[in-house]
Amino acid sequence: MTEVVVGTKKGLFVLEGDPASGFEVTARAFAGEPVECAVRDPRSGRIFAGMTSPFYGPKIFYTDDPAGEWEQSSGLALPAGGENALKRMWVIVPGVEEATLYAGGDPGVLFTSRDGGATWELNQALWEHPTRDRWQPGGGGLCLHSIVPWPGEPDRLTIAISAAGVWHTEDGGASWERGNDGLVPRYVPEEADEEIGLCVHRLDRAPKQPARMFMQFHGGVYRSDDAGRSWSDVGTDTGLPSDFGFPLVVDPADPDSAYVIPLNADMDRVTPEGRVRVYETRDAGASWAPRGDGLPDEHAYLTILRRAFDRSGEGDGLELYFGATSGEVFASDDAGATWSTAALRLPPVYSVTAS
Amino acid sequence: MKQAGGKAEHALGGATVAEVLRALAAEHPAVEGWILDERGRLREHVNVFVNGEQAEEETAVAERDRVEVIPAISGG
Repeated sequence: MTEVVVGTKKGLFVLEGDPASGFEVTARAFAGEPVECAVRDPRSGRIFAGMTSPFYGPKIFYTDDPAGEWEQSSGLALPAGGENALKRMWVIVPGVEEATLYAGGDPGVLFTSRDGGATWELNQALWEHPTRDRWQPGGGGLCLHSIVPWPGEPDRLTIAISAAGVWHTEDGGASWERGNDGLVPRYVPEEADEEIGLCVHRLDRAPKQPARMFMQFHGGVYRSDDAGRSWSDVGTDTGLPSDFGFPLVVDPADPDSAYVIPLNADMDRVTPEGRVRVYETRDAGASWAPRGDGLPDEHAYLTILRRAFDRSGEGDGLELYFGATSGEVFASDDAGATWSTAALRLPPVYSVTAS
Repeated sequence: MKQAGGKAEHALGGATVAEVLRALAAEHPAVEGWILDERGRLREHVNVFVNGEQAEEETAVAERDRVEVIPAISGG
């Protein structure tokens, strides 16, 4: 059985089941509140939810039982008395070291927990980075949306911020350097500063070959083979109907395999031609092929946001899950070859994680 | 409000709205960050009234004044 944790505009939903026999909603929490991100930490079994109340601001809550009581984490705030307030939580990711987790938020901030998510601390080096006053927010704000640990090496971490690009640390977050060579923002003049306004939409790493990374950019799909220092275009003339989109998933078993969900660029942002299709590469981005058997294929204009696509398992057992802002959640237990509907008529889906 | 011990009314000291709300957070630490943000400002969609008049952080509060905290009518 697979558990799918879905963050929506109106609360968190837990689905349990499998793609062949279907899913049922087994828990709902934070009714009426936007849940931007939610994940179950496989080490502790604890579920975390990043909730941004329109009234009371962004918080992280955690529980061992999503149908029971939730505890509020502490420490998720910018320095007291300053000019800025934390606006929104975008992502929560288990780290490499035991009891370590990371959380990303707006305005382009990273928090670390060393106690299993009960307390969090702002990463000061990123917060005080000397270039910060030149960082530009994307349409969703200055969101730190991707946090990618390096398996087995807790001091190495890559993050991505829309629209401040890719950043790496190799000293546990004490210092940060950019990794944007090769990215081409088609939406700014060629003579503009090439590292300003880099709108990365989603980033992930191939765990068996950690220097291999894939990126969905704001117009562009890229691959890196040097740990995210430089990037090669794998979205042009490779079979994608559009190189615009938000989410991205990598098959942990195969560094050459990745999945994207193209959307019409740029102002439309719905599935092209009214057909919902996931695109798969098995050759590191040299070519992409549609995978849509069982997905809506007529008059279906869906939007899938950057945190609303996830996987469980790998290789032959790879399961894929994604949710749309129109309230559907789709499931595949054969690496995208066939799909079923896991949920209909949920509130707009912001995030999906599966375990 | 659950974070304020589940009580709707509290007797608190303070010469301004901000001081009264900080006193509430001192008495109930779970309130920290819910009404005032880390800048010390009222959250955008929270309204505060002193004796029925809409107030801001620095609005003066006297003994026996009534300070009401009410979420704004907003959302979607």
